[in-house]
Amino acid sequence: MLYVVILFLFAAITLYFLLGGADFGAGIIELFTSNDNKHRTRKTSYQAIGPIWEANHMWLIITVVILFVGFPTIYSEMCVYLHIPLLIMLLGITARGTAFAFRNYDAIKDEKTQGFYNHIFVYSSFVTPMFLGIIAGSALSGQIDPTAKTFAGVYIFSWLNWFSVSVGLFTVALCGFLAAIYLIGECPEVYDVKRFIKKAKAMNIAAVILGALVFLASYVEHVHLADWIFGNLLSLTAVIAATLSLVLLWFIISDKKNKQWIRVLAAFQVSMILISVGHTRFPRFVIFKDGSSMSLLTDHATGKSIDDLGVGLLIGSLFILPALGYLYYSFKKKGNETVEEH
Amino acid sequence: MDDFIAARSQMALSLGFHIIYSCIGMVMPVFMAISHYKWIKTHDPVYKNITVAWSKGVAIFFATGAVSGTMLSFELGLLWPGFMKHAGPIFGMPFSLEGVAFFIEAIALGFFLYGWNRLNAWFHWVTGIVVGISGIASGILVVSANSWMNSPSGFDFVNGKYLNIDPLKAMFNEAWFSESLHMTIAAFSATGFAVAGIHALMIYRKRNVHFHSKAFKIAIIFGAAAAILQPLSGDISAKGAAKRQPAKLAAMEAYFHTQSYAPLVIGGIPDTAAKKVNYGIEIPGLLSFLVHDNFKEPVNGLDKIPVKNQPPVAVTHYAFQIMVGFGMLMMLIGVLYFIALWKKKDWFTKGWFLKMFIWATPAGFIALEAGWTVTEVGRQPWIIQGVMRTSEAVTPMPGIQYSFYLFTFIYFTLSVFVIFLLKRQIQMVPELYDR
Repeated sequence: MLYVVILFLFAAITLYFLLGGADFGAGIIELFTSNDNKHRTRKTSYQAIGPIWEANHMWLIITVVILFVGFPTIYSEMCVYLHIPLLIMLLGITARGTAFAFRNYDAIKDEKTQGFYNHIFVYSSFVTPMFLGIIAGSALSGQIDPTAKTFAGVYIFSWLNWFSVSVGLFTVALCGFLAAIYLIGECPEVYDVKRFIKKAKAMNIAAVILGALVFLASYVEHVHLADWIFGNLLSLTAVIAATLSLVLLWFIISDKKNKQWIRVLAAFQVSMILISVGHTRFPRFVIFKDGSSMSLLTDHATGKSIDDLGVGLLIGSLFILPALGYLYYSFKKKGNETVEEH
Repeated sequence: MDDFIAARSQMALSLGFHIIYSCIGMVMPVFMAISHYKWIKTHDPVYKNITVAWSKGVAIFFATGAVSGTMLSFELGLLWPGFMKHAGPIFGMPFSLEGVAFFIEAIALGFFLYGWNRLNAWFHWVTGIVVGISGIASGILVVSANSWMNSPSGFDFVNGKYLNIDPLKAMFNEAWFSESLHMTIAAFSATGFAVAGIHALMIYRKRNVHFHSKAFKIAIIFGAAAAILQPLSGDISAKGAAKRQPAKLAAMEAYFHTQSYAPLVIGGIPDTAAKKVNYGIEIPGLLSFLVHDNFKEPVNGLDKIPVKNQPPVAVTHYAFQIMVGFGMLMMLIGVLYFIALWKKKDWFTKGWFLKMFIWATPAGFIALEAGWTVTEVGRQPWIIQGVMRTSEAVTPMPGIQYSFYLFTFIYFTLSVFVIFLLKRQIQMVPELYDR
C-alpha cells in the first residue's frame, strides 16, 4: 500500500504542475502581454480556465494531505525549515485565487478596480510558481541546514540560494509555456492563435535558458545535478525524450490540426523533466546539508495509517477522476463557443 | 509579542476567518438549490434571478474559503509541526476524505457556475445539490478532525509514543457526532440569519421587494428552524463536555467549587484568583440538572483540576455567555417568524418585524465565533486533550509575530474586499435582475 500512496503523491504533484501550472501560466502570459492585447488574453484565459481552475488547485490539497497523513515527519520538517517560502507561496495562492474570482464576479466592472485585480492576479501568478519551484529546489538540493547557528542560516539560506532561485525561475517559464500551449487550442481567432504560438516559443526559449542557468547554479552551489541526471539511464532517457519532444513541438506547433498533439507533447516534456529529477532522487524527498535525508520508504506513517490512506485515495479517485474527466469534456466539447458570463 | 501567543493568535485568526467563509459555502448551495428547483418547476424568472445572484456571491465566498482553507492546511504544519508530526497519521483520515469531498465540490461548482444554458436543466440542478452535499460533508469531516483533538482516540499513548494507530476509530471518536451536529446546525442558522437580514434590509428600504421577499423566505426558514433546534444539540455537546472535558465545562460556566445542587451562572465577571464570579446570576441546581438530569448530583468544578491543566476561565466563560445569549435571541426571533408565517401574515410588512431581522444579521456569526472560542480556548492548555500540550507543538522558528501581523493584514483586507463586492452585488440587483 505504501507504493500506492507514493504513486498517488507523484501523480498529484505532476498533475498539479501540469494543470495548476498551466493555470498560473495564464497569469504569467498575461503579465508578458502588451497592453493592447491584454484584454484579449484575459478573455481567452477566462473562457479556458474559468470552469476548471478551482479543480486544478485541488491537486495541491491532495499533495499536502498525502504528505501530512502518510509522511508526517517530512511534512513537519519542511514546514519548519521552509516556513518562509511556503508562507510566500500561500500568500501568492491567496492573492491569486481571490483576485481571479473577484475580477470575474465583481458586479460592477469599472476600469479602476478591474485594473487593481489584474495587477494582483498577474504578479501573484508569477510569484506563486516561482516559490513552488524554490521549495522543490530547496528540498532536493541539500541546502537545508538544521545545525546552522544563525536565524538566516537555518530559515533563509535554506531556500535563498542560486540553485533554488533558478529552479523557481525555470518553473515560472515552464508554467508560462504550458499555458501558452494550452491557450493555443482555446482561442477561436487566428490572430490570438498566432500570438499564443509566439508566446509558447518565447516561453520555451526562456525555459531552455533558465534550465541552463539551473545547471550553472548547481555548480556554484555544489549540487551534483549533472551527475544525478546523466548518471543513470532512466533519467538520461527522460531528458533526451523531453528534448526530442521539444524539437518535434517546434515543427508542428504552427499547424492548426495539431492542437491536441502539441498539448500532449508539452505535458510529456514537462512530465519527463519531473520524472528525470524525481527518479534520480527517489526515495529521498528532503535532503539536508550534511547529506542525510528523509525518505519516502522509511519516514512514513506506520501500518494502518498508510493502508487506510491508500484505500481512501483509491476510493476517492473512483469518484474524482470520472467527474473531473466529464468536467473537462463538457467544457471542451463547446470550447470554441463563448462561455456565457454568469 | 511572544512567539507562542503569536502562533495561537494567527491560528485563531485564520480559523475565525475561514469558518465564516466555509459556513456560507456549505449552506448557500442548499438555498440556491431550492430557488433553482422553484425556477425549474414554476418558471418564475425571479427564482432564476435569485439563484444567479446568490451563485455569484457563493463564487466569491467559495474562492475565499478555498484559499483560506489551503492556507490552513499548511498553517497546521507551519505553526504546529510538533503536533502534525504525531497527529497527522492518526487524525488524517477525515482530512483525506475532506480532500476528496472538497475536490468533488470544486468540480461540481465548475459545472454549476458555468452550466447555465449549456447543461440539461436537471443535471445542472443536480450539480448544485452535489456542491451542497459535498460542502456539508467537508464541514462534518473537518469538525470530526477537530473533535479528535478534544476527544482523542484510535491510538495508545505509551511512554510518549503513539502506538496501535487506528485512523477510523480516531475519526469516529466520541465527540465527532455532537460537534459535527452542533457545527452544521450553527452553519445553517448563522448563514440563514445573515442572508435573511440583508434581504430584510432591502425589503425595508422598498427596493425590489418581490425579489428580496422570496430570497428572504428561503433563507429565514432554514435559519429559524436551525436556531430553534440548536439548543437541543447544545445540550448533547454540554453533556459530552462534562464527561470528556470537565475542565472545559467548568470554565464555560466559571464554576470553581465542586458542589451538590450545582448552580448555573448567567453572566458575571469571573475572578480566577478569588475563585468566584462577581455580579453573576446563579440558578441553584440547574447545572446539575443540565449535566446529570437531576438537581442534586454534584458536578466537578475547577478545583478538581490542577491549575496547570486549566483553560483560561474568563475568556471561555464570556465566549460561552455570548454564544448562548445570541443563540437564545435567534431562537426567539425564529419562533416569532413561524408565528408570523402561520397566523400573522401582516407582520411581514411591519417595520419593527423587518428591523428585528436586520439587527440580527450578524447574530449567528457572532454566536458561531464565540462557540469556536469556547471549544478551542476551553481545550487549552492541550492541543490533544490530555496527551500533548499546545506549547509542545509550536514551531521552533522565531519571529512568528511578523507572520501574525501579515496574516492580520491579509485577512482584514480580504474581508473589506468581500464586503465591498457584496455591496456592489446588491447595488446591481435592480439593473441585472429586475427587468
